[in-house]
Amino acid sequence: MIWSPAAGSIALLTTGGWGSAMLVGLARSLTIALGAFGLGLLIGIAGALGKLSGGAVTRQALDLYTTIVRSVPELVLILVVYFAGADLINGVLTALGQAKIDFNGAIAGIVVLGVVQGAYSTEVIRGAILSVPRGQIEAAQAYGMSSWLALRRITLPAMLPFALPGLSNLWLIAMKDTALLAVLGFGELTQVTRQAAGTTKAYFTFFFAAGCMYLLATMISNLLSRRLEARATRGTAHV
Amino acid sequence: MEMLHADGIRKTFGNLEVLRGVSLTANKGDVISLIGGSGSGKSTFLRCLNCLEHPTGGEIRVDGEAIAFKPDGHGNREPVSKAQMRRIRARLAMVFQSFNLWNHMTLLENVIEAPVHVLGVDRKQAVDEGLRLLERVGLYDKRDVYPAFLSGGQQQRGAIARALAVQPLAMLFDEPTSALDPELVGEVLRVIRELAEEGRTMILVTHEMSFARDVSNQVLFLHGGLVEEAGPPAEVFGNPKSERLARFLGSFH
Repeated sequence: MIWSPAAGSIALLTTGGWGSAMLVGLARSLTIALGAFGLGLLIGIAGALGKLSGGAVTRQALDLYTTIVRSVPELVLILVVYFAGADLINGVLTALGQAKIDFNGAIAGIVVLGVVQGAYSTEVIRGAILSVPRGQIEAAQAYGMSSWLALRRITLPAMLPFALPGLSNLWLIAMKDTALLAVLGFGELTQVTRQAAGTTKAYFTFFFAAGCMYLLATMISNLLSRRLEARATRGTAHV
Repeated sequence: MEMLHADGIRKTFGNLEVLRGVSLTANKGDVISLIGGSGSGKSTFLRCLNCLEHPTGGEIRVDGEAIAFKPDGHGNREPVSKAQMRRIRARLAMVFQSFNLWNHMTLLENVIEAPVHVLGVDRKQAVDEGLRLLERVGLYDKRDVYPAFLSGGQQQRGAIARALAVQPLAMLFDEPTSALDPELVGEVLRVIRELAEEGRTMILVTHEMSFARDVSNQVLFLHGGLVEEAGPPAEVFGNPKSERLARFLGSFH
């Protein structure tokens, strides 16, 4: 019967718990992606400001950071940051006579991907800030705003229309990069899918289902980012 | 009553000496026009008054309070206290040549921004006052419109409302009509004239000679970073003493 493969696939996904395991994996992926994107955004804002108005040492350190992170393959970076980072922290703890800690998967994933995202965010936000007309910031100064107030009230909202396309891209990359964490065994979507497929030997079914989940997440993200962009550019005359 | 006093303002950019000692005293209700060719230093001088440029030398006093400067380690000076500088700046409202309204805010939001976030005025009160000011410059209907959707003349009138909203001790106009299409100049000058007539203290950098002659009670002609000639408009325009000023005025006919 022509329907039997499809029916069999659906049965595989709905019974035996693999489907729900994948949903848990998806939730975990999205959590890590959201955390990493948020952390990357914070690093990006700080990094962009450091690059634009920091001292020589700050600027050089940030250049080193963005250059290294953007030139080394992400998988390598993830392994380096995860293992070297864990060693470093535990080494420090041991030296201080403290017990070693076991890294929580989600937090470690967020930090590892966040550091990668931060390098790209830094460049996206730096470019966006440079696109804000100088007069906007000058007016903020002329009306007595402190640097912090001008940043919060003027520079950041004014650069948003220029940054959003790049940031939306970074968010999509963050979601897909969580798949790389499969090598560390974080129980995110790709790893769960691999387990399910390996156990049931229904490779196509599970990887196709995983692909659909990523696609759906991307489509919803696109919808949201379009709305956000429309909101951020409502002060822009579209010609 | 003295509102704004600048004494011997000097400003150098690298090796370039843009201001070589310019002084000015604005008493309450004075309208002082700064005229001169491009590169004469008039805009730089105006920007020194609210410390958008830090003057290399000289003294600035606003409402009796002197701004304290210290060396910045790069051969220039910077204000000793940023808080003092900001407090003084907030009361010297500037109107820019290119308007510089904040593009991500509506007109009303632009007008209430400094009162609410810098001066700490209650939001409701700032909105009431902001609407009154927009009404006054003829933009009440445009209160919820973003600057990009307004004409240059409307943007500049909006920028004047933003300046009025901080209840300035003195207003600084930096060539307020130079970026406008000719047919829009009139509406902006009309607003500035009204402000002059109601006794506002204003310093005006302008290329509108007949307007400067009409509204000012004092005119300074700058050349090469110095005041070449100063006096009441009738004298400066009617009877220029220096040949340079005569030539400069002649170029407008």
